[in-house]
Amino acid sequence: MDLLIRFVAAAVAAGTPLLYGTLGEIMTEKAGHLNLGVEGMMSVGACAGFLAGYYTDSFALALLAAFGAAAASALIYGVLTVTLMANQNVTGLTLTIFGIGLSNFIGILALGRSESGTLKLPEGITAQMRGAGIPGLRDIPVAGPLLFSYNAFVYIGIVIAVLLFLYFGRTKSGLNLQAVGHNPGAADAAGIQVTRYKYASILIGGGICGIGGAYCAMIINGGVWVSNNVGGLGWIAVALVIFANWKPLNAIGGSLVFGALRILKFYVPKSVLPLPNAFYDMMPFLITALILVVTSMRKKQNLSLPGNLGNHYFREER
Amino acid sequence: MPHSTERKSADRTSVLAAGALSGKDAIACRGITKRFGTVVANDHIDLTVRYGEVLALLGENGSGKTTLMNMLSGIYHPDEGVILVDGQEAVINSPVDAMNMGIGMIYQHFRLVDVFSAMENIVLGTKEKRLRDKELKEKISEICQSFGLEIQPEKRVYEMSVSEKQTVEILKVLYRGTRILILDEPTAVLTPQETQKLFQILRKMKEQGCAIIIITHKLHEVLEISDRVTILRKGKSIDTVETAGTDEKILTELMVGKAVSLEIDRPPVNHKSPILKVVNLTVKKPDGTKAIDNISFEIRKGEILGVAGVAGSGQKELCEAIAGLMKIDKGAILYEQENIIGKTPAEIIRMGISMSFVPEDRLGMGLVASMDMVENMMLKSYGNGRGPFVDRKPARELANRLVEKLGIVTPGIDTPVRLLSGGNVQKVLLGREIESCPNLLITAYPVRGLDINSSYTIYDLLNEQKKKDVAVIFIGEDLDVLLELSDVIMVLCHGKITGFLDARKASKEQVGLYMTGAFSQEVAQ
Repeated sequence: MDLLIRFVAAAVAAGTPLLYGTLGEIMTEKAGHLNLGVEGMMSVGACAGFLAGYYTDSFALALLAAFGAAAASALIYGVLTVTLMANQNVTGLTLTIFGIGLSNFIGILALGRSESGTLKLPEGITAQMRGAGIPGLRDIPVAGPLLFSYNAFVYIGIVIAVLLFLYFGRTKSGLNLQAVGHNPGAADAAGIQVTRYKYASILIGGGICGIGGAYCAMIINGGVWVSNNVGGLGWIAVALVIFANWKPLNAIGGSLVFGALRILKFYVPKSVLPLPNAFYDMMPFLITALILVVTSMRKKQNLSLPGNLGNHYFREER
Repeated sequence: MPHSTERKSADRTSVLAAGALSGKDAIACRGITKRFGTVVANDHIDLTVRYGEVLALLGENGSGKTTLMNMLSGIYHPDEGVILVDGQEAVINSPVDAMNMGIGMIYQHFRLVDVFSAMENIVLGTKEKRLRDKELKEKISEICQSFGLEIQPEKRVYEMSVSEKQTVEILKVLYRGTRILILDEPTAVLTPQETQKLFQILRKMKEQGCAIIIITHKLHEVLEISDRVTILRKGKSIDTVETAGTDEKILTELMVGKAVSLEIDRPPVNHKSPILKVVNLTVKKPDGTKAIDNISFEIRKGEILGVAGVAGSGQKELCEAIAGLMKIDKGAILYEQENIIGKTPAEIIRMGISMSFVPEDRLGMGLVASMDMVENMMLKSYGNGRGPFVDRKPARELANRLVEKLGIVTPGIDTPVRLLSGGNVQKVLLGREIESCPNLLITAYPVRGLDINSSYTIYDLLNEQKKKDVAVIFIGEDLDVLLELSDVIMVLCHGKITGFLDARKASKEQVGLYMTGAFSQEVAQ
C-alpha cells in the first residue's frame, strides 16, 4: 500500500512536465497550428527558468522567465508560420533543434562562469518551489501524500488545465479560438481577428511549454544544471495531445499515465520481472507509437481535432 | 466624413427600421477599379442597390462579379473609385467593417464551422456578452419568425443538409443586423423546392426594407426574383435594366456581347443494347455507412444518362466505383457483358471507360494543378512511350489541338493549369478524356461554375460524343440543363435510386421531388 502511494506520487511528479507540454501544445493546436517545437520551447524555458532562479533566487521570477523566454521562441514560429506562411512541420522541427542547442549553449556558458564548475539552485528557491505540499492537509493519511504533498509546479499545472478547460468550453473568446482552428475562413467572415488569435494562442501555448521545461531543469535533477535536461519529453507531449483528444482535463490523466511509465522501472523489482532498464525507458515512446496507430484507425469523425490543423490561412486565396 | 469601424454594430431592430429607408440608395459604387498585377478585374464599375429591392448581378466567368462583391465585404480593397454606403463614403477594410456597416455576405462555399452547432455559428465573433442558451434561442426564433426561416439551433452543421446550412448563413447575417445582403450563387446547390423557399425568404427581407444583391448564372431565376439587373462583361459594367422589361434573350446578349442560341441539341438514341449494366451495386463509405445502396441501371450506346441528386447523394462514389477507384461491397458492374469489378483503374481505362469528375475546387481530381497542359495530357499516356523515357511529342500535339479545337484561353501550353480560369481548366480535363476515345464517358459537374458560353461549348462536346455512339453518364447540378441534354434522368437520393424519368417529358419540379426523396418510383406507381 505504502509502495503504491509512493508510486502514484512519483508518477504525478514525473508526469508534470508532460502536462505542461501537452497543455501548451493543445493551446497552440486549437488555433490550427501544429507546433512540433515543443521540445525546443521546453528547452528554452528550462534554460531561462533555471538561470533566473539561480541568479535571483526567486521562484516567481524563474516561472516568469521560463514562460517569457519560451513564448519568445514561439514568436519565431508564429512569425514564420502565421505571417510568412512557412510550412508548420519544418518550422516546428527547426525550432526544436534550435531550442535544444541554444539551451545547452547558454548552459555551458554559465557553467564556465561559475567557480565550482557546477550550477546548483540556491537554498531559498528550492525551499519555495519544493514547499512539499499544502501544510495541514499533507499529513492526512493516504489522501495527504496522494493529493497534497507535491511541489508548486504540480498545482499550477492543474490550475492551468482547469483554466484552459473553462476557457475553451465556457467563454466567447474560447469559442472564437476554436472557430479559428476549425475554419479560419468562417472565423474571418464572422469578424474574428484570425491573426491576433493565432499569435496569442501560439505565444501562450509556447509559454506554458516553457514552464514544463523549467520543471525539467529545476526539479528532476535535484536543482543541478545538466545539458539536454528535457530529454524527449516534448515529443511525448505532442503525442499526448492526440491521446487527450485536445481536451485539457484529459491531459491531466494522460500525463499521469505517462509519468507512471517513466518511473515504472524503479518500482518493479527485478526479481519479479527481469527486464533491462532500457526496456522501461523505451516504454513511453512505444506506447506513444501505439496511441498514434490506434487513434489513426478511429473511423468516426473526430469533433475535437481542429479541422484546419497544419494549414495556413490567407484571406485572398480562394 | 468617411464611415469607419467606430460605427456601432447595427442592432437587430434596425433591420425593421430600414423599412423607412425603402427606395434610398444602400450602396453606390462609383468607378470601382481593381487590378491583379496586369489583369484588370474591375474596370470603372458603377453599381447601385436600393433598400427594398433585389438587384441581380449577372456576368460570365471572369467578368468580375465576385471581385466586386469581395470589395463590398472587405476582402479586397479597390485601387480606384469610391463606395458609398447610405450616401456616405465608406472605407471597408475587413469583414468586420462591412458587418458594422450592415453589409452581410453569403459566400458560395459556406463559411461555417462544421463541428459547431447552428447557434454557436450564429453568435460566432459577435462582440456582445455571451448569452445563455435559452435567451439566445429565443432571439434566434424571433428572427426566424419575422423572416419565415426554420432552424434547429442545437443541430451541428456537419449533420445538416445544404439548404439548412444556407439557413444558418442567412441567420448569421441577420443576427448581426444586416440590412444589405449579398448572396454569391446561392441556388447553385439547391433543389427547385429549396430555391423557392429561399426566394420566399428573400422576398420577406425585401418587404422589410433590406437591400439584396444576388449573383447567379441562372437567367430564369434572375427574372423571377430581381427588380433590376446589372450586367458585367469583362470587368466593365455594361448596363442596368429593369427586370420587368427584359427577357432571357436580351440578358444573354448583354452578358456575352452577341446573340447566343440557348437551345441544346438532343439527337435521338439509335441503339438498343446496353453497354454498361449496373446490378444491385452497394458501396460503403470509409465510416461504414452506405454511399450507394443497392442500385441497378443500364445505359445504351449513344445515350446520355443524366444523374440528378442533391450534392452528396452518392454521385462521387458511383463515379469512383465504375472507374475502379472504390471498393465495391456488393453487386456487379457489367461492361459489354464483362464484370469489371476487381479490375485496376488502368485496366478499366484501357477498356474504354473514361471518367472526369470536377470537384468543388474544380482541380482536385484528374489534373495536377502545378503541371502544364502537356504534362497533364501525359498523365493518361505515360505508358505509351518505349522504355523508361517519356515521349512528349504526341502530348504536345494533343495539347495544341485541344487549345485550338476548344478555344482554351491560355498564355501557352507550358503554363501551369492552375493559372487558367475555371472554365478553361474544365475544358482541358474534359478534352483530354474525350481524346482518349472512350466508349463510356462519365462526367460529373463538367459545367460547375461555368458561364453560358463555356457551358454550351461543353454541351456541344458531349453531344458530339453521343453522335459517335459514346455512352455518357452526365452528373449535373442544373436541372434545366439535365432535362434538356439527357435522354433519361436517374435521380439519386441518399445513395438510392428514387426514379428514372424520361427527360423529354419530365418537369423540373418532378425531378426536385424525387431528389428530396418525397417521391419515389415505387410510391408513384
